[in-house]
Amino acid sequence: MQLIGCPWCGPREELEFHYGGQAHVAYPADPQELTDEQWVHYVFFRDNPKGAFAERWVHSAGCRRWFNAVRDTRTYRFLAVYRTDEARPSVREAGA
Amino acid sequence: MSTETAPPGAHLPEHPDALWRNPEPKRSYDVVIVGGGGHGLATAHYLAKNHGITDVAVLEKGWLAGGNMARNTTLIRSNYLWDESAFVYEHALKLWEGLEDDLGYPILFSQRGVLNLAHTEQDVRDSVRRVEANKLNGIDAEYLGPDDVAKICPILNVSHDIRYPVLGATYQPRAGIAKHDYVAWGFARSADAAGVDLIQDCEVLDFVTEGSTGDGTARVTGIRTSRGDIACGQVVLCAAGHTSTLLDRLGVRTPLQSHPLQALVSELLEPVHPTIVMSNAVHVYVSQAHKGELVMGAGVDSYNGYGQRGAFHVIERQMAAAVELFPIFARAHLLRSWAGIVDVTPDASPIVGRTPYSNLLVNSGWGTGGFKVTPGLGWCLADTIATGELHPHIAPFALDRFVTGALVDEHGAAGVAH
Repeated sequence: MQLIGCPWCGPREELEFHYGGQAHVAYPADPQELTDEQWVHYVFFRDNPKGAFAERWVHSAGCRRWFNAVRDTRTYRFLAVYRTDEARPSVREAGA
Repeated sequence: MSTETAPPGAHLPEHPDALWRNPEPKRSYDVVIVGGGGHGLATAHYLAKNHGITDVAVLEKGWLAGGNMARNTTLIRSNYLWDESAFVYEHALKLWEGLEDDLGYPILFSQRGVLNLAHTEQDVRDSVRRVEANKLNGIDAEYLGPDDVAKICPILNVSHDIRYPVLGATYQPRAGIAKHDYVAWGFARSADAAGVDLIQDCEVLDFVTEGSTGDGTARVTGIRTSRGDIACGQVVLCAAGHTSTLLDRLGVRTPLQSHPLQALVSELLEPVHPTIVMSNAVHVYVSQAHKGELVMGAGVDSYNGYGQRGAFHVIERQMAAAVELFPIFARAHLLRSWAGIVDVTPDASPIVGRTPYSNLLVNSGWGTGGFKVTPGLGWCLADTIATGELHPHIAPFALDRFVTGALVDEHGAAGVAH
């Protein structure tokens, strides 16, 4: 178990949080114009990198607010946490 | 040591010194299989055995069968809900039943049955439905009430005063376990003897391609590896959790997400657990290995990861469920825990078949169910490579099902929370 730094509550135990998958997946700007294939990519297809990954978390047992994080999927280490209205910060990956 | 009874595991065969050659990679092969785990090795075996195709290389970045094949909980069953899944897993189970003879090698296949527990009224309805679906597909299955469950597995707590009481269970008597290392070694030995090159310590770094995916002319002409470039006629990706990192190199997107899936074993115990017990609702599954360890698995860790370990609280919850269901486990010592990296899909079914590259097949997304399908998948993939036609058992699992909507939604029968 590791501590996750909620942007509002500070460091709390991992089991207070739930995972929300890839961050920065925007709802289609013009949904009527999407083909079936484009819809499928919006609904189902996500990045799956080995290394730094920007993703969503929710502090479900605390402030219950969503936030974004950049986490290294090799070490599971959180490299940055930030609010959902903020841009992805540039972080240096361990070993990169 | 007492000589009155043999210690657990005394009947296991000795490890052989060597089972296969360790060749230098040739510069070219008719078929290159990426991934030297169970699926890659089984595919190589059936390519040679069923089709006489032996100009084959299996490339493995680590050591043979050292990834998920060495990390799974070895359960074998075919009691899936949907026809598509039932066909391929039952094909595999029939092959498991003759595999020791086929390979000429012991795999310690033990058909001790599996109980899939129902803990809620909805579980009961789903379980009964699944049993009837299984019967219609010719798969052995029955639905049992708590008393009959207790007859099959007397150490299971079927009392009413636990948090999630056992209301019943599906039972597949032909389900079982096999010794995963021996399965891998059996396939590897057979493929090697037929002339297949098993190349370890050979990481795939990139691909050499020609043509364009836009007009359908794209091909993979070579594999760039840590041991040099290898030209290929056909390529099959059998790299489980790392499939999407390889496909990223080719610009092919799939709805795969890689997660740690944890398992653990107890110290060696006398035989106490005669069958396999799985519980979807409380996320634990247990069997007893031939040597005597209790082998237990959990659901996947929620986040993406490639680290081959997982979070402690997942184990903690799994153990809480195990001790409630099996009170006698309370004093068993945990010996070790680990994780494999499973590639999961949105409908909990695999992605197998063609890609935008005409000579590249992908075999991925088996999530938590990859071990049990090993011979069946290898058989079907070898048939597909040899004939150029997708075998009917794998055809339903094409990548384009996410566009057509023909999903095979197996969350209920997959056995593990994805």
